[in-house]
Amino acid sequence: MVGKSKGLRISLMVLVYILLFATVLAMLVPYIWMLSSSLKLNKDVFSFPMQWIPANPRWENFTDIWTRIPLGRFIFNTAKLSIIVTILQLLTSSFAAYAFSKLHFRGKNFIFLGYIATIAIPWQAYMVPQFILMRYMGLNNTHLAIILLQAFSAFGVFMMRQFYQGVPDELCEAARIDGLSEYGIWARIMLPLSKPALSTLTIFTFVATWNDFLGPMIYLTDTKLKTIQIGLRMFISQYSAEYGLIMAASVVSIIPVVIVFLALQKYFVQGVAASGIKG
Amino acid sequence: MQNETILHTNKSPKRRMSRGVKDNLIAYSFIAPNFIGFALFTLVPMIFAFVLAFVKWDGANPMKFIGLDNFTRLLKDSTFHKALWNTIVYTIGVVPLTMIVALALAILLNQKIMGRNFMRTVFFFPYVASLVAVAAVWNFIFSPTMGPINNILHTITGIPLEDLPRWAADKQWAMFTVVLFTVWKNMGYYMVIYLAGLQGINPELYEAAELDGAGPWRRFRNVTVPQLAPTTFFVLMILVINSFKVYDIFINLFAGADNQLNDSTRVMVYQIYNTAFRSLDYGYASAMAIVLFLLVLGITIVQFRGEKKYGQ
Repeated sequence: MVGKSKGLRISLMVLVYILLFATVLAMLVPYIWMLSSSLKLNKDVFSFPMQWIPANPRWENFTDIWTRIPLGRFIFNTAKLSIIVTILQLLTSSFAAYAFSKLHFRGKNFIFLGYIATIAIPWQAYMVPQFILMRYMGLNNTHLAIILLQAFSAFGVFMMRQFYQGVPDELCEAARIDGLSEYGIWARIMLPLSKPALSTLTIFTFVATWNDFLGPMIYLTDTKLKTIQIGLRMFISQYSAEYGLIMAASVVSIIPVVIVFLALQKYFVQGVAASGIKG
Repeated sequence: MQNETILHTNKSPKRRMSRGVKDNLIAYSFIAPNFIGFALFTLVPMIFAFVLAFVKWDGANPMKFIGLDNFTRLLKDSTFHKALWNTIVYTIGVVPLTMIVALALAILLNQKIMGRNFMRTVFFFPYVASLVAVAAVWNFIFSPTMGPINNILHTITGIPLEDLPRWAADKQWAMFTVVLFTVWKNMGYYMVIYLAGLQGINPELYEAAELDGAGPWRRFRNVTVPQLAPTTFFVLMILVINSFKVYDIFINLFAGADNQLNDSTRVMVYQIYNTAFRSLDYGYASAMAIVLFLLVLGITIVQFRGEKKYGQ
């Protein structure tokens, strides 16, 4: 009987591995196809049966795209926006979260409730009045508009506050007795402790800004201001038959988020768990 | 003794008050950088949205208050009904499928198995990969006549290419294609949330269940499911909200250079965008946005009620 259940367990494990392997493959195939096509001539992209590794890799695709569209400009714009938004988001969120978690002041619960209440409201429900406001302030067709609409999210404050709730109050109390100011406690104790939460918020904010589509579509109509998503979309619809170049541009547009993600991912699951995004 | 008390009580409220004021000011200085931006660019537009829904305005001419006219117009607007219906169908398709796949993956990847970290990364990756790029790949792979999917199907089944599904280009298959794409793209995110939830379950609960003779299924049923209830409600809420505000996925899978969607693929946010930024009918667009807001709010309230009832 023991043997039977052991045999069952092993065959179950084998089944699970086969299933997982198949899923992993299905997840990866689109990227492999993208990479493979980015090195092909247009006429070879759809040749069937497929050639996974191109016999004559066309590296020119990766040099041509920079001249066909202002890809460098698009990437610079997107990187600039993503970095500024992420820094602002991390600073202002962790700053505000410290007060919500560790300080006592009038109106604390009321203001925090205001933050919570807006988390569930989709941005799309107020994007029109926001656009009118930005235009009134003369910010239409500026990068500042994107920065201002992305940088002060309720989500960031909520997430950092959840994480700080897990830090014992005694730690702050001891630091106060040692003569540290509240700003000192935030900078020297809370920030170093919150690496997982900060990494998680960095991934979320950077990725959200890098990949944002609707925001730049509404605000940035000037080609030299456009971000990579809008620029890539413009390229795809203008040169819809340039399959190889489209795939090469797609590969380039993905690389920066891969770097940010891989650099920070070791904190990621831990960060999600500790900052209570799970609710 | 009495003097001391008087002295003490005389002195202390004043000191406490000034300290209280100082504490408040310090706390406000922490909140201010975020709160000023948040109030100006989130709270003000939100309130403004409710005002706009009751006016007629093109952004240039003076605003005109028209009461509930925008909302009565919505009741008769068959294009909007189509968009609302498509959004609901999409949500019903995406939500359960994503939850099941994400939970199954999270449970598997919470075991001690080989290549666990690698697989977590692979499953999460579509979530961070740029939408425009991966949508382009999907459209190529699922291209009706040239794409590898249909060519493989053709080779295996022998069905002529013309009779195979035309995926994104097909009225009947469009919704199926976009649901499949969305699940593939976003399930990794919900998997991570489930993983975090699973890691929060006390291992002693499983040990106790095992001592009581519970098999894997009963351990899942009686420990994992109830312990994960808060996570599940959170995932459900985020999934529904995200499905209702969908726009970019539809544009990138279905629209041509003109960014237009047809009756079988238009969604609510597309309708809001077009009404506001193409027709310059800000009031009417805001009325649609209020409908979107009320729907999301209603669903959130129902879910919170459910969580209270089952969360215990």
